[in-house]
Amino acid sequence: MSEQRTAGVGAVARGVAWRSIHNFLTNPAFLVPALMFPLFFFVSFAGGLAAIGEVPGFDFPSGYTAFQFVFVLLQSAAFGGVFTGFAMARDFESGFGRRYMLAAGHRSGIVLGYALAALFRAFVTWTVLTTVALVAGMEIAGSGAEIAALYALAILVNIAATLWAAGVALRVRSIQGGPLMQFPTFLILFLAPVYVPLDLLSGWIHTIASINPITALLEAGRGLISGDPVLVGLAFAIGVALPFLFGLWARGGLRSAEAAG
Amino acid sequence: MSSSLGNQIGQLARRSVLRTLRQPAQIVPALVFPLFLLAVNTGGLKDATSLPGFPTDSYLTFILAVPFIQGALFSVMNSGTDLARDIETGFLNRLALTPLRGAALLSGLLAGAFVLGVIQAIVYLAVGLIAGAELAAGPAGALVLLLLSVTITVAFGTIGLFAALRFGSGEAVQGLFPVFFVFLFLSAMTLPLDLLTTDWFHTIASVNPVTYLLEAIRSLLIEGWNLGDLALGFGIAAAIGTLGMLAAGSALKTRLVRT
Repeated sequence: MSEQRTAGVGAVARGVAWRSIHNFLTNPAFLVPALMFPLFFFVSFAGGLAAIGEVPGFDFPSGYTAFQFVFVLLQSAAFGGVFTGFAMARDFESGFGRRYMLAAGHRSGIVLGYALAALFRAFVTWTVLTTVALVAGMEIAGSGAEIAALYALAILVNIAATLWAAGVALRVRSIQGGPLMQFPTFLILFLAPVYVPLDLLSGWIHTIASINPITALLEAGRGLISGDPVLVGLAFAIGVALPFLFGLWARGGLRSAEAAG
Repeated sequence: MSSSLGNQIGQLARRSVLRTLRQPAQIVPALVFPLFLLAVNTGGLKDATSLPGFPTDSYLTFILAVPFIQGALFSVMNSGTDLARDIETGFLNRLALTPLRGAALLSGLLAGAFVLGVIQAIVYLAVGLIAGAELAAGPAGALVLLLLSVTITVAFGTIGLFAALRFGSGEAVQGLFPVFFVFLFLSAMTLPLDLLTTDWFHTIASVNPVTYLLEAIRSLLIEGWNLGDLALGFGIAAAIGTLGMLAAGSALKTRLVRT
């Protein structure tokens, strides 16, 4: 029985993930923005703000391109999850989600399937983003293990964002819930030290960035890419806690969708 | 409906303005989103003023030009989405059965963008000044800034009309949003042109018309009266508006033939 249940969850997740990935890869309206958005941010920040690296007090050994790469990597991880939430909301709005609910013996597999699809689309984006960054001359001073840890952090952010967006999508069950998924994610990302390190921020934005959990992820990621790890333990603790919390949020959403019939 | 062009424009303009004012979902993001980015950019990039050659010691004053352009980008979405909805619901087909002239339809539809442009410009400038930004050109400069901002907003609105008539779908118009943001992001948005040290980025920003729209607004905020920058800004906005109207007029003819 237990084995059957496990297989059931896996089968549902595979089915949902396959369809979601197929839609992502075959529809340019989904694929192109997912690839272009992070690239635009990267090009704009790394190219347009390169002079910020010369501001007094700015000391990042790997250069401004690597400094911004970490932000864009985590941002694309988060938005990969949010965009998957859009797909989920669209499925429920069109009635396809209800068919999933009727057909799936183990409905948690539906959320798991979308999460796998979100991870896939994030991998596609990161492949392109990393290639562009390396071609643009990004310096990486971190070791292989440190770079692996950086991508592990990005994976945790992607899972957390997917579960957050899934919780919203399952409650609202309409694409009109899109801003609810997107705006808080955007807000928390941009209230972190995006352009300069935390030490160079002052005033209200320093206060907010100091208590923003994304700051630890960002600073740890930047430390890892420059071979000077800082806050890694805290970042992974946050990286694990966020998916756990948003997992509970998504489970509540699933219950809400079940109750709605 | 009277067949006079003025009356036709007036009727459609009234509808467009009311439609805009009755949709907080159009107005609120167009005000909140640019102001949020203004706050974040000001807080995060204020040390940029210490770079040699930075034109002012107030980053807020420098970056205040950006919300005006971001707000104009929202007018692409709003005017385009409204017209696309008219197409999708068949309202445009019904209008096509009346003696309405194409010029009246397009001009009337831009009235919503005009009103939104006025609201945006007043709010952005008021928030900026309250937060401590400078307006070197003084009160008369505020009026010119308002005029320039509305001109840019209406000019960008014509692109929204063209997109709606060309594609006939609100979703397609929404899909243009990232495309237009590229123009903003690849401009001298966060640093002056002279301080864009990455060669290829400097080259792109130099040929990007958005750079010169930003510089026209900045000239009023930072320098006072720089007639060259202002003329260039108004000229580019007028050119975008003219091209947009011509393209929209052509797309309207094609669409009406199709229906």
